[in-house]
Amino acid sequence: MSRISYREALRLALRDALAREPRAFLIGEDVGKYGGTYAVSKGMLDEFGPERVRDTPLSELGFTGIGIGAAIGGMRPIVEIMTVNFSLLALDQIVNTAALYRHMSGGQFSVPLVIRTSSGAGRQLAAQHSHSFEAWFAHVPGIRVVAAASIEDARGMLWPALLDPDPVIVFEYPALFNMEGECPDAVAVDIRSAKVRREGAQVSLITYGASLPKTLEAAEQLAREGIDAEVLDLRVLRPLDEAALLASVRKTRRAVVIDESWRSGGLAAEVMARIIEGAFYDLDAPPARVCSEEVPVPYAKHLEDAALPQAGKIVAAAERLVRGAGA
Amino acid sequence: MIAPPPSGPVPYAEELALGLLADMLRVRRLEEKSAELYGAGKIRGFLHLYVGEEAVAAGAIRALEPQDNVVATYREHAHALLRGMPMGAIMAEMYGKQEGCSRGRGGSMHLFDASTRLYGGNAIVGGGLPLAAGLALADRLRQRAGRVTACFFGEGAVAEGAFHESMNLAALWRLPVLFCCENNLYAMGTALERSESQTDLCVKAAAFGVHAIKADGMDVVAVHEAAARGRAQVAAGDRPCFIEFLTYRFRAHSMFDPELYRDKAEVAQWKTRGPIHTYSARLKAQGMLTEERFLEIERAAQEEVAQAVAFAEAGTWEPVADLARDLHTPEGQ
Ligand SMILES: Cc1ncc(C[n+]2csc(CCOP(=O)(O)OP(=O)(O)O)c2C)c(N)n1
Ligand SMILES: [Mg+2]
Repeated sequence: MSRISYREALRLALRDALAREPRAFLIGEDVGKYGGTYAVSKGMLDEFGPERVRDTPLSELGFTGIGIGAAIGGMRPIVEIMTVNFSLLALDQIVNTAALYRHMSGGQFSVPLVIRTSSGAGRQLAAQHSHSFEAWFAHVPGIRVVAAASIEDARGMLWPALLDPDPVIVFEYPALFNMEGECPDAVAVDIRSAKVRREGAQVSLITYGASLPKTLEAAEQLAREGIDAEVLDLRVLRPLDEAALLASVRKTRRAVVIDESWRSGGLAAEVMARIIEGAFYDLDAPPARVCSEEVPVPYAKHLEDAALPQAGKIVAAAERLVRGAGA
Repeated sequence: MIAPPPSGPVPYAEELALGLLADMLRVRRLEEKSAELYGAGKIRGFLHLYVGEEAVAAGAIRALEPQDNVVATYREHAHALLRGMPMGAIMAEMYGKQEGCSRGRGGSMHLFDASTRLYGGNAIVGGGLPLAAGLALADRLRQRAGRVTACFFGEGAVAEGAFHESMNLAALWRLPVLFCCENNLYAMGTALERSESQTDLCVKAAAFGVHAIKADGMDVVAVHEAAARGRAQVAAGDRPCFIEFLTYRFRAHSMFDPELYRDKAEVAQWKTRGPIHTYSARLKAQGMLTEERFLEIERAAQEEVAQAVAFAEAGTWEPVADLARDLHTPEGQ
């Protein structure tokens, strides 16, 4: 065990992957000479050289597609797309090629590709740099989508993603980069299941990504008010760990889904649908959602805060479920 | 090796000659104050400064006409200011106040101003290029002869598909677009020669069949001449024009950049070509500028900055209840 930051955890994971897997290489904008946008790959150009830490021009569609081709050609590329906002320029290659290739070729070609990208708001970066598009990727069959909300996951998700014979998108969260905590030295996390981050009996708070700390904070606050909340970190956004989801809800009989993306057509909607389909008769109350307001994330701090899920909103939603609408 | 500092007489009458100097100084002081206010926590988010590149916006924007459109990037304070946006509206925007040009919703990277035909302020690299071609297409279709759309973008955008698609379409349909490439040699930490197989961007542009002009972006006279020539060609209805302004940013890419990718010596060398001091030296040498006059211009710029800060400080926060305002256009508008 050692105490490290989320950023350092990502860095160790990446270094490990490059050291252990000779076919792996990192490719993306400013991963090398600049030292990585968030300093995650700092020093790696010197350590692994320009063939394995490959800087690209601003060409998201091109270098993501090149990652796909290289994966099919026998390499194990780790494509870094600076933020999910820019992944929209690469969406075609991810959706129309990477996700479909194996199935569409009748099982002849697999795409062992890892895409790392960052997501989320909270740093006053305004609308074009603050959105959460995890759900767009989670919509598409053929890819695995994981979200690292803890230091352990930041440290441990990359390696199993690299071993996966199919495309995996790993979401990282700049809002968490400076978070510090204990991390086991040898981490083997599985990228197939959700994880209960806090046990509780009265309401399940279900979330992923940068909303996890806010949700845990809300659970603490609820505990002080005498409400015993469970916190479930989805971790895998596609395919969803439905068993874990239903187990938690069957136990607590109430669910609040917290999702930093927009409410309409989002991941929270899918999670709620699974709950309704699978645990309808176990529920004591209709499930609730705390999502971002349906606006582009604004720059001004007070507006940004107002647009995003916050602990207070989560607490209020949970209280309503537990104490009834009149509370 | 970099070129020697710009020199030679300034071929303009006093008003334009000193106007260009004042423009550059106003931008420089605005940028320096912004950096200071970022340090003080008044400005947040991303902040990209134009220090070192002032001659490009100053020279190019003075070559435009009031009816022209301007499309810019996230490094666009200069373009907004010199196009006529009050400095206070820029500063208030960076403060996140509702008196800002975008009501505080955009911040530094999203300055918009319908009254001066500034269409942003775009933080997606290359995102402005198709938009500019589209504005130009609308002008063509609505038969607004004589309007040009000036599109500013960094050389980093040249690697994006959006650049190639927009250049091709604009050339194919002979749209009135003035493509203004601010080649400051770096896209974040990626040097031009590490990102382009053909580093002569004019050769690249010429392949689309557009006019291509290369200009010294540290020399406000060269910029102004090139922009005026380019605009005239575009306005003549012939075809789009691409201008590569060779320039350099003196400061970090943004406030987060540790600048590991370039030598301090290189920056120092480029500073000898600084657009403001070389230009004022030329004006002084030809007797068009006295030290007194220079200080007057300087004081005016500082005063303008002080007033802009006061305006921003006095600004107000948009009520949270208005969060969803302007998501859609009200009926009948
Ligand atoms: C599509 C997209 N990819 C990546 C980024 C991140 N990014 C912001 S600015 C920048 C460098 C752009 O360089 P250039 O176009 O030369 O403009 P400069 O900053 O030098 O003015 C990068 C990579 C972005 N904003 N948009
Ligand atoms: Mg550049």
